[in-house]
Amino acid sequence: MVQHKLLPRQYLILSLVAVCAPLGDSCLSRGMTAMPSISLADPGALIAAVFTPWIAAGIALLIGFFASYLTALSWADLTFVLPATAFGNVIVAFLSRFWLHEAISLERWAGIVLITLGVSFVAQGPSLTQHPAPIAEEALPEETVVTGGQR
Amino acid sequence: MMTLAFSFLPFATTANPWLTAAAIGAVVLASTAGEVFTAAAMKSVGDLDQIRARSGMRGAIRAVLTSPLFFAGVFFLAVAFFSLLFALNHLNLSLVAPASASLTLVTNAVAGKIFLKENVDRRRWAAAGLVCIGVYLLAH
Repeated sequence: MVQHKLLPRQYLILSLVAVCAPLGDSCLSRGMTAMPSISLADPGALIAAVFTPWIAAGIALLIGFFASYLTALSWADLTFVLPATAFGNVIVAFLSRFWLHEAISLERWAGIVLITLGVSFVAQGPSLTQHPAPIAEEALPEETVVTGGQR
Repeated sequence: MMTLAFSFLPFATTANPWLTAAAIGAVVLASTAGEVFTAAAMKSVGDLDQIRARSGMRGAIRAVLTSPLFFAGVFFLAVAFFSLLFALNHLNLSLVAPASASLTLVTNAVAGKIFLKENVDRRRWAAAGLVCIGVYLLAH
């Protein structure tokens, strides 16, 4: 594996992936729990929910997440991007502890420590597997090309 | 990502263990297939930042939307979404969310190595394992 260090702009994209997904989920969750119970027999209510402020903000954040995620996958491995972006769970846990003053159990603190360790492991390594470039067809010696007429 | 959005759905408290395994397995497999196809699509498209610098945002969007692999990825992600819907209809959210999120990390590491030929070294295996347990503890 060849060393492939990220640029500050690329760290910014990974941070957007990590932050937008959990924040988008939180907005959707807040918006949906604030609404009266919705039955699947009334799909119109689900469509109307899309235009409420929290749900609209959640959808905007999730669109931002998907765009950043696709961008990250265009220059980094899937096995690099997924653990790195799991750090968003830690951000949400800290926000809920210090902003919303929610209690965090010992089990969750253990989860935060493990995710942070995992992310630091993967962040120290290369972000992209470099495959050797395929040999161009014209570069092959002529005798290796077998055609029907030569048999 | 999708689990919280469906937290308003009702769910049963007990279920057949085979149904539990099948429902979670379907979410994990479809989600892994979706992630792998999407990643393969983005690798074939190339660095989106460079494409955007060269052809603008419209060029970058066109490059993504003209990749068949991208649509295969979106298809499997949609299957994962509906599998999740089915799973939440039969199982507790507190089981489905952490189990599917953490198992997907491990299956993605395996699929990344096999299908995307990514070099999943010991560091990445360790990271996948630690994050997998961490997500489970955090969400449980």
